Amino acid sequence: MADKILDIRNLDITFKTTAGNVHAIRGVNVDLERGETVAIVGESGSGKSVVMKTAMGILAGNATINSGEIIFRYKEDDGSLQEVDILKKEKKWVRQNINGRKIAMIFQDPMTSLDPTMTIGNQLIEGMIMHLGISKEDARKRAIELLEEVGITDPEKRYKQYPHQLSGGMRQRVVIAIAISCYPDLLICDEPTTALDVTIQAKILDLIKTIQKEHGISVIYITHDLGVVAKVADYVNVMYAGRIVEVGNVEEIFYDPKHPYTWGLLSAMPDLDTDDDRLYTIPGSPPNLLHEVVGDAFAPRNQYALKADWKEQPPMFKVTDTHFAATWLLDERAPKIEMPQELKKRIERMKQTKG
Amino acid sequence: MTKYIIKRVIMALVTLFLITFLLFLLVRIMPGNPFPSERMSAEAIAKKRAEMGLDDPIFVQFGNYLKNVIAKGSFGKGSSLYNGAPISTVLPQCMANSFKIGGLSILIGVVVGLILGIAAALNRGRFWDTFCTVLSILGVCVPSYVFMIFLQYFLAYKVTIFPFYFDASRFLGSAIIPAVSLSLFSMSTVARFTRNEMVEVMDSDYVLLAESKGMYGTKLVTRHILRNALIPIVTVIAPLVVDLLTGALVVEKIYGINGLGKLMVDAISGEGIDYNYVLALGIIYSALYIGIMLILDITYGLLDPRIRLANRKES
Amino acid sequence: MPEISTVTNEDFVLDVSKDLTTDKNFASQGFWKGVLTRFRKNKRAMTGLVIILVIFVLAVFGPMLSNYGYKEIISIGSGQDVVAKSLSPRIPALHNLFSSSAYQDAFADRVFLFGTDSLGRDLWTRVWYGARISLLIAFVTILIDMLIGMSYGLISGYFGQALDGVMQRFVEISNSIPRLVIVGVLATFMPKGVWLVIVALLLTEWIGMSKIARAEMLKIKGQEYIMASKTLGAKNFRIIFSDVLPNTIGPVITQVMFSIPTAIFTEAFLSFVGVGIVLPQCSIGSLIEDGFNNITTLPYQILPPIIVLALLMLAFNFVGDGLREALAPRIEDM
Repeated sequence: MADKILDIRNLDITFKTTAGNVHAIRGVNVDLERGETVAIVGESGSGKSVVMKTAMGILAGNATINSGEIIFRYKEDDGSLQEVDILKKEKKWVRQNINGRKIAMIFQDPMTSLDPTMTIGNQLIEGMIMHLGISKEDARKRAIELLEEVGITDPEKRYKQYPHQLSGGMRQRVVIAIAISCYPDLLICDEPTTALDVTIQAKILDLIKTIQKEHGISVIYITHDLGVVAKVADYVNVMYAGRIVEVGNVEEIFYDPKHPYTWGLLSAMPDLDTDDDRLYTIPGSPPNLLHEVVGDAFAPRNQYALKADWKEQPPMFKVTDTHFAATWLLDERAPKIEMPQELKKRIERMKQTKG
Repeated sequence: MTKYIIKRVIMALVTLFLITFLLFLLVRIMPGNPFPSERMSAEAIAKKRAEMGLDDPIFVQFGNYLKNVIAKGSFGKGSSLYNGAPISTVLPQCMANSFKIGGLSILIGVVVGLILGIAAALNRGRFWDTFCTVLSILGVCVPSYVFMIFLQYFLAYKVTIFPFYFDASRFLGSAIIPAVSLSLFSMSTVARFTRNEMVEVMDSDYVLLAESKGMYGTKLVTRHILRNALIPIVTVIAPLVVDLLTGALVVEKIYGINGLGKLMVDAISGEGIDYNYVLALGIIYSALYIGIMLILDITYGLLDPRIRLANRKES
Repeated sequence: MPEISTVTNEDFVLDVSKDLTTDKNFASQGFWKGVLTRFRKNKRAMTGLVIILVIFVLAVFGPMLSNYGYKEIISIGSGQDVVAKSLSPRIPALHNLFSSSAYQDAFADRVFLFGTDSLGRDLWTRVWYGARISLLIAFVTILIDMLIGMSYGLISGYFGQALDGVMQRFVEISNSIPRLVIVGVLATFMPKGVWLVIVALLLTEWIGMSKIARAEMLKIKGQEYIMASKTLGAKNFRIIFSDVLPNTIGPVITQVMFSIPTAIFTEAFLSFVGVGIVLPQCSIGSLIEDGFNNITTLPYQILPPIIVLALLMLAFNFVGDGLREALAPRIEDM
């Protein structure tokens, strides 16, 4: 067995709101090998960010973790391998030893994720002084190097500026610099490019990729953009209504999807070559998790729903050693149902252009 | 930034000038007789008018008035209050009393309000939060003078801890009841505002980022949350000052404090209205108000780098 | 996952939802219907509404329920021999709630829910009569202020540029005059009384409304449908009043809910100071002043007007808060 850095088991989370309890995460499993990149894909509200915030210990106060464990294996400074269950540790311990130090996070909107009243420099050195125990002057030197590394010109000047004086792309670079400042083992990117201009998106993704390679960091992407997934990920977890419905490596998910929801997602991807002049959308909207879900949460929107989907949640069926999907269609008793023709053609085209 | 400040100061001065002129105009030309006609003959009034320059064109009158105010600090004489003594001899003591009590109440209100608001935000949904909510409801629905009447009744009449009326020779003891009652509104407003701002900042992305960097506890609160939450508080102090001015009017009257508020009440509510006092107090109140606004404006600009630096670029 | 699967062979047939395309979570709901639902769910706002209604009903019918007029001095006999001065609250069936005063026994069979004042007038009648006056002043002035403020703000926001500049400077200057200075200046040439209070309120309260209306106008002005309406050749005023007005109504009504207590407050304070309501008329403020004058000897007299005042403040603020939340729900509240 290879070196697993993160292993989320059976995570189950409820949020208390004024309207009632929202069962946002309903038994999620995710794992990640050291040095690899995994993507969690899903619509807004599917719970993908919640899972990662839990791993960071920065969950909102109204959340209750019902069950599950988040096993994190990191290298101590002396090289020895440590293993902790983040959920069992005190918040303070997690802040001191994990946050920013071993796991760092990049947020969606660089316009709001930097403190508007603090200079770029101060925000950069804050974490380093705390985690690495270096002097302010050393931290400053490293901060300038970091700014240079993430592609910011004139770092000395930027160091003294406030966030509002920088462009969105620039700010995201600063956020990346902050994230890697304390040599983390794992980087969580929560929709890192969604709020940016298309032209800058690719540059930021490339930057993250380069940094990942150079520092040997494992990366988790949270995104709804399959284009991003195709570009960066080794493995993909498709999430729907607080559950993972399909897992596999990129090839498997893109070329041989098994879950009707994944079919929907792939069909809904904008594509220049589609014959159809209408963009496909998955009908309906995600279920309201205020109400407990019976059966498969996707059934009401599923064009291939079986009677069984309304009765009971499907288990994860194994397709290959790395590919699993939670749909009754994979049960041996199920009728033979193929993915839609439209999508099949599309996948053929994707394969050709790639191969 | 300098340019920003200069611009604000000039704007404030122009506003004050316009208001002064408006007040002067209203008090001087509106119908109403500054002299008790039943006690003075027509000739005597005419003579008096000429003496006081009331027959000059209004702009000349205004010019003279302004000259006196600026050069000599003289607002003329009162007509019915203090037996017509020059207003400038009455004002200093009144201003001192009002400023002391007003300042004390703002201080109590802001400090206690801040502490309560912070405590409420950090203990969301628990005791201090509820306490803060109750206090803000109380502050909104009970006028300061009503609160004061209660304090006076229970703490100065039923139990004589504090004097029943203001006594300048025992300042601190006798300032507590008026200052505390005047502070109720500012306290509740500051507490509620601080709480809501803090909660909003605590849910912001940049605090999440700071947390994900490993910031926690006091450091997180002081460096990231408080700094961002407190800047906008400067903006709520303005309505507090307005309320304080109005509240002080009644509180001073009830508690027998010789202050600007009591002077104003005496000037307008007595049998003969004292025009010169109304004008003088109107100008002083407006100047105070505009001055405080100006200071708040500049403070806000200094605190928030977005304004501070935006204006530097412009210049 | 359940241990024993309940799924049987028969379950493996297609069973697709019939209304696949309807969106159940976000089923379209009229804007105002949504506001109403949210408002109704808000306990505080509903409590506030109930309090306001109760006080309204009492202000209208309260004085009628008693046998006395608001300025009637109650006495026994044809002469002024025994006047019901300063009686404590009393209901004959119950024991006296407070210690008896001199003339108590002569009025043993009369009902004075709030007692009587030092001149011998029934406080129950006076309190509700006073509440009526206070509410009337508040409503009338605030409604007029709403009209002035909205027109001013909408016009200023709509035309923008130079006109907006001038109009906003005027607002700024008006806003820099403290309210009590306005009252003072008014008192120099206006007789004391209800009109002084009304004019003072008219001069100050429109400013807040105009700011809201202008902000809404600026927000809406940039949106496509106004552009579309303009392209279709609609005239300026038509655009303002038929397209924008409905959108500003919500925030402005919210502002009204906060302005009414301010108006009641101001009236109470002016009457207390002695430039408001003139005797024998009464309002909440003048009643508080009466009560205050006798506070050391007859402390119960001040309670009813103060409680009514506090309840009104509280209720209008609750309703205002509720409306604001109902109009612009935050995710946290949903």
